[in-house]
Amino acid sequence: MFLIYCPYCGEEREESEFHAKGQAHLARPADPDNSSDEEWGHYLFFRENPRGIHHELWVHAAGCRKFFNVTRHTVSYEILETYPIGEQPRVTANQMEKPA
Amino acid sequence: MQRYSGFGLARHALSHHENWQRMWRNPTPKKAYDAIIVGGGGHGLATAYYLAKEHGITNVAVLEKGWLGGGNTARNTTIVRSNYLWDEAAALYEHSLKLWEGLSQDLNCNVMFSQRGVLNLGHTLQDMRDIQRRVHANRLNGIDSQVLDAQQVKEIVPILDCSSDRRYPVMGASWQPRAGVARHDAVAWGFARAADAMGVDLLQQTEVNGMRIEDGQIVGVETNRGFIGAKTVGCVTAGNSSVVAKQAGLLLPLESHPLQALVSEPLKPILDTVVMSNHVHGYISQSDKGDLVIGAGIDGYNGYGQRGSYPTIEHTLQAIVEMFPIFSRVRMNRQWGGIVDTCPDACPILSETDVKGLFFNCGWGTGGFKATPGSGHVFAWTLAKGHAHPLAKPFSINRFVTGQLIDEHGAAGVAH
Repeated sequence: MFLIYCPYCGEEREESEFHAKGQAHLARPADPDNSSDEEWGHYLFFRENPRGIHHELWVHAAGCRKFFNVTRHTVSYEILETYPIGEQPRVTANQMEKPA
Repeated sequence: MQRYSGFGLARHALSHHENWQRMWRNPTPKKAYDAIIVGGGGHGLATAYYLAKEHGITNVAVLEKGWLGGGNTARNTTIVRSNYLWDEAAALYEHSLKLWEGLSQDLNCNVMFSQRGVLNLGHTLQDMRDIQRRVHANRLNGIDSQVLDAQQVKEIVPILDCSSDRRYPVMGASWQPRAGVARHDAVAWGFARAADAMGVDLLQQTEVNGMRIEDGQIVGVETNRGFIGAKTVGCVTAGNSSVVAKQAGLLLPLESHPLQALVSEPLKPILDTVVMSNHVHGYISQSDKGDLVIGAGIDGYNGYGQRGSYPTIEHTLQAIVEMFPIFSRVRMNRQWGGIVDTCPDACPILSETDVKGLFFNCGWGTGGFKATPGSGHVFAWTLAKGHAHPLAKPFSINRFVTGQLIDEHGAAGVAH
């Protein structure tokens, strides 16, 4: 069971209050009317799915119901940080180049 | 290869079963092969087998980073069925089911395929409408599917709680009598043994950690045992497909999730079919050993750790007890997890890639075991001819750009 720190509620809550929503920081095509099928397909479906550090979107579904980001290791499952929407992660794969 | 037979069993009994031939060789890698298959699970081994058998391509290596059939092949809940909604998926899974029906004879290895039938329960009016739609689609595709009412379900599974005062009453089910279960290890070992006998090199503890690509053409793979050359490489790496694809600079529309299963202590025979419920979200069958084999949904987050979380176990067992109050005091014996590569439309990817000679067979998500022979059969054809088998064609990776998805979330439903 994860204990996840919700950056909005300001406290650690149990995993069952949250839902994982996949890769974070996906940028919607800036010019939708002139985007190609490749760009749309890429945005909608293609994912990094890394074995290691993963920045992902979670929602505090049974709490404040707000979305926020989590940096988590996908092998150890260790949660390295949580941060509000609109902010950038402090922990990235480049600075943590060590195998799990 | 020594043939297996009843007579052989009796003969080996005379020497206390100490002189059985090894099931496959343990060869040293050659410098190059005609084709390399990355991933020695069921699908990869089946691909190697059909490459050798149907296409005469025997200069083939299967590279496996661990041991044969040690990943999802050894971790799934062994259900085989073909009652999928859409024509493309139904054709692929039915192709596979037909191969299952002759597989033990074909491989000369008893895969313990048992056509004990699969029930997919409906608990709401909408469930029953969906079931009718799917069953009608199945029948148009020549698949043996039927709609049963609650009384008929009760006759097949007397221990199922079909009373109408439940929170989720059983209103009926779809029933596929030809569906069933098989012995997962025997499938991997049977394909491995038969492929090895035709000259395929099964290289265990050989991990691919790079792809060598020249002018957009694959020329081989880097492994922990050195470079191995091949102009045709098929990746059948399930949960690790995104990692392998990255080595070739490719991105896949996959997410890897932990999917767990559990088995109970062994019981006397009590459940002689497979019962699945999308709505309360759990499924159950009984193995020949007597343990109840139970599974349900994936863990919601991405993960490569082969274990599952406790909230998911709790949810799974709630569903089982809802359907079978009789099992409420059965103790669970073992629990484990595998890594499934889920696709946005719950259908697999059998596809060429932008790299010439590099093919992917992945994205089977939560229900790949049932497709093992069919997947291997069409993927071998694809590797041999260099373009997709007619049954594999709709499953091109390109569908995530064209939008021609095959939405099987309904039939894939509860993970299995």
